[in-house]
Formats: sequence, C-alpha cells, structure tokens
Amino acid sequence: MTVYDLSKNSQFNVLTMPEPEREINGVYIGDLLSWVMGKAQYDNVWITIMSNINVIAVASLSDVSCVLLAEDVTLDNEVLSTAKQKGINILSTPMSAYDAAIELSGMI
Amino acid sequence: MSEVLNFHFNVDGNDFTSAGQASIQIKKNLRRLGLDPETIRRVSIAMYEGEINMVIHAHGGEADVNVYEDRIEIILKDNGPGIENIEQAMQEGFSTAHDQIRSLGFGAGMGLPNMKRYTDDMKIESVVGVGTTVTMCVNL
Ligand SMILES: Nc1ncnc2c1ncn2[C@@H]1O[C@H](COP(=O)(O)OP(=O)(O)OP(=O)(O)O)[C@@H](O)[C@H]1O
Ligand SMILES: [Mg+2]
Repeated sequence: MTVYDLSKNSQFNVLTMPEPEREINGVYIGDLLSWVMGKAQYDNVWITIMSNINVIAVASLSDVSCVLLAEDVTLDNEVLSTAKQKGINILSTPMSAYDAAIELSGMI
Repeated sequence: MSEVLNFHFNVDGNDFTSAGQASIQIKKNLRRLGLDPETIRRVSIAMYEGEINMVIHAHGGEADVNVYEDRIEIILKDNGPGIENIEQAMQEGFSTAHDQIRSLGFGAGMGLPNMKRYTDDMKIESVVGVGTTVTMCVNL
C-alpha cells in the first residue's frame, strides 16, 4: 500500500502529500521524539499527537513514509510548508492512535 | 587513497525551530555520495540526537562529519555545562530536560542511548563547566 492509497480512505485527511508513492510497511505510535527515532522503521506510518516543527526533522531522519496526526491534531502553516518542502507526507484523522492503527492494520 | 571529505556546521543554540538542519544537510550529502540508505539513516539519526543535545543542553556548538573510505566520523563539540556523570547520562530514561523542552517531545532520555546503538563506536569527553565532545564512528 502507498500513502496515496491511504489518502483515499475517507477517515484520513491529507494535510500535505509531496511523496504519494511512498510505500507503507507498518505502523509506529509515539510522541517522544527520541523514542521514535530509536524504534520507528523505514517506511512506517508514524502516528502521533505531536505537531511542532521538530516532528518534520524526526520524520525526515527516520525515513517514515508519512506522519499521521491522531485526534484531529492540527499543524501551523509554517510547519506545513516545511513538510512540503522536505518531502514529508502528513495526514490527519479524527480517530485515536489506537483506532487509526486498527484501521491501518486492515489496509496494509 | 585516503581522501577525507569534511562537512562543518555551526549549530545555533538559540534557534529551536531550525535545530536539525546540520543532520538533514548531512543526510542529503551522504545520499549524493551514494551510500546505502541504512547507513545514512544511522548516521543522520545519531547526528541529530547529538545536535539536539547541543541545542537543548549546551547552547549550541560545532559539528564535523568526516567521510573516510572505510568509515564516517561525527564530532560534536560544545562549550556547554558539561556532563557530570557520563555513565548515568548514558542510561535509558535519564534526562535533565525541563518542562518546556519535554512539551516539545524531547527529554525521554533516549538520545545518548540511540547514538550508541546506531553507531559502531562512541566516545564522550566532558568536563563540567568547560564543555562536551562526542565522537561517533560508523563503519562503511
Ligand atoms: N552536550 C551536552 N551537554 C551537557 N549535557 C548533556 C549533553 N548531552 C547530554 N547531556 C545530559 O545527558 C542527559 C541525557 O541525554 P539524552 O540525549 O540521552 O536525553 P535527553 O536529551 O535528556 O532526552 P532525549 O534525547 O530523549 O530527547 C541530558 O538530559 C543531559 O543532562
Ligand atoms: Mg537528547
């Protein structure tokens, strides 16, 4: 499944999707950035409620395929444009991290 | 045949929003050199953790990345407060980060352990009141 495929699900809203063809191979859930950098795998969807600018750097360095903001967390415009510029896909969902992971599990 | 490529960065200690620029730039440079993605990932995450530590704990510093034929060396040098007990700082979960930093998602006390795990060799030299130098090495 690609990030584009994920974006077709009505539960997931695209905030920015500069790299729609990125593959999705699994999920990592976490809000502590060093924890994410230690554990998230290449091509994972990273589900979080963190939305500050450092999230973009962490997503970029961990090479996750997209950031999924749970609980309808929103992003500042500045963060959004940085994500676009750095090629980081960001989607949001009204679901909790738990429900989003279950939904993803059925799709992967 | 032991040509060294050096990349040097000044890491601004006041600007939280741009923290990580050096690591992201290194990632780009290593991609251009055609290194394998897993090596690039290890080097850039280890460097980012060190870079963020310099911003959070030491008011910034300097970063050098040297690319040798057989290894990549990352040197992070600051003139911050130093680390009193390195063994304790290396433990998972140990952090002196204050609340404002924690609210940004840092302060899990996982940075130094990540740096050790993602590199083949790591050395910390620190003098309280003088500063800290972290040297990491990733074999190619
Ligand atoms: N360059 C440095 N100068 C001074 N103290 C440091 C430096 N780097 C680390 N430390 C000390 O070591 C502790 C542990 O560092 P580590 O990177 O593991 O965790 P953290 O930065 O507190 O949290 P995290 O990295 O998970 O966001 C820090 O809280 C700090 O007290
Ligand atoms: Mg740290």
